[in-house]
Amino acid sequence: MSITLNREDIVRLCERVEGAQTRAYAIPKLTNEYPGMTIEDGYAVQSELRRRFIEQGHTLVGWKAGLTSKAKMEQMGVNVPSIGFLTDKMARPENSVISTSDLVHPRVECEVAFVTNKDLAGPGVTAGDVIDATDYVLPAIEIIDSRFSGFKFDLESVIADNGSSARYVGGGRARRPKDIDLRTLGVVMEKNGEVVGMGASAAVLGNPAEAVAMLVNILHDLGERLPAGSFVMSGGITEAVAVQPGDHVIARYQDLGSVSIRFGE
Amino acid sequence: MNQEKIDQYGDELYQAFLDRKTIAPFTERDPDITLEDAYKIQLRFIQRRVDAGEAIVGKKIGVTSKPVQDFLGVFQPDFGQLTSNMVYQEGDVIDLGGLIQPKAEAELAFVLKEDLQGPGVTAMDVIRATDYVAPCFEIVDSRIRDWKILIQDTVADNASCGVYVIGSCKADPRDVDITMAGMVLEKNSELFSTGVGAAVQGSPANAVAWLANTLGELGIPFKAGEVILSGSQSNLVPVVDGDELVCTVGGIGSCSVRFAGRSAV
Repeated sequence: MSITLNREDIVRLCERVEGAQTRAYAIPKLTNEYPGMTIEDGYAVQSELRRRFIEQGHTLVGWKAGLTSKAKMEQMGVNVPSIGFLTDKMARPENSVISTSDLVHPRVECEVAFVTNKDLAGPGVTAGDVIDATDYVLPAIEIIDSRFSGFKFDLESVIADNGSSARYVGGGRARRPKDIDLRTLGVVMEKNGEVVGMGASAAVLGNPAEAVAMLVNILHDLGERLPAGSFVMSGGITEAVAVQPGDHVIARYQDLGSVSIRFGE
Repeated sequence: MNQEKIDQYGDELYQAFLDRKTIAPFTERDPDITLEDAYKIQLRFIQRRVDAGEAIVGKKIGVTSKPVQDFLGVFQPDFGQLTSNMVYQEGDVIDLGGLIQPKAEAELAFVLKEDLQGPGVTAMDVIRATDYVAPCFEIVDSRIRDWKILIQDTVADNASCGVYVIGSCKADPRDVDITMAGMVLEKNSELFSTGVGAAVQGSPANAVAWLANTLGELGIPFKAGEVILSGSQSNLVPVVDGDELVCTVGGIGSCSVRFAGRSAV
């Protein structure tokens, strides 16, 4: 597979996604109009979106791996993970109220996040390389928001939509990866005091560090590397859960503490 | 239900256990059977095993997760008795030929160093009275045809207990967060499912406290040295000849088990 869309189509689709993201409305999945779209086409649209955001003054802070658990792949009907970029404009502080009026249909998931202190470049990056290049890991909540109607999409469309990235919240307790077992971290997500998701970190490709390695190797295919100081979210351990104004969400982690957020209008 | 019928049903279960055959659900034959009747049938079934030379070595707690409680339409766990012939050591191969329709579950086992006398037992008492916790596998098995069980059927059938194996690594419950400890279950070296302690009644210690209080009401002793299987943290795993399972509990370690032979059904 390769890029099949011409420059004009890529810009056109990018503008469509950018409009939906910045003005918070749903659009049909892109493959309805471009059924021959490839995964590479999806990344071409995403790269154009990243270029535009950076041109508008957003700062690239890192990347996210998506669709990395069996639960998520089954929920979304896809079979390969994806990646998306993260900017400073998407960050929200722990214990804050997150507005939903600028989102389409937000959902939350709990993830283990990594902060690196060495450059990582594919191909062939392993989980061991990732651990070696990790300053610390921390618990995080990702607020995903597909811009596609009814959260109905395919891999090509979701990649163009930057992996449904919308907001992210890091918090809890930072830990050196060598001080904990990254595979067996237990996670409980509660919404308004009720448990809505449970699992252990191995749900993400067997080990969240594997998801980061995969992400770096995909970055290589896109001609990118992961610079030291990057923030990386390794993918949802639990299924994504819909939220609305008034909801309180807390993600509790073994050894990493918790992250708590509320949602408002 | 009169004692004659209780004895008859208990004997029927014992015979099914000996012959490795299944019987029709009691709830089909006696729709009015109560939970109290069911526990009396269980007592008779276990008494037959004790009369044949087995010793009671502990208890198992079942129906501890919300999905299973919803499925069976109950809002509390159940329990069964562990006997000396159910015990396997880590490293042993479990002979499926001795079972009828087995499935495996990964759990946390508690071993008591003090008696727990309900009513009035809390999770704090459980931690105080616990010698150690360890990862374990319970191989559940049903003497009821096709696992067509209502709560009364499984309770009468000793909470569908088959055999169990306790891992050789252990931890003091003061040294590990048993509520947040993640559980990773692998089958034949592939990730099968993940879970967390909180999946069991909010915490495995809550399940053990429930058992202490329930036994207290029934006048059944709960003694130092007894083993308690606190309830499944995984999905049920079908097992056949040659399968190998490993469960790893974060902060404690793992338990592995292999299977050989063919079950009756």
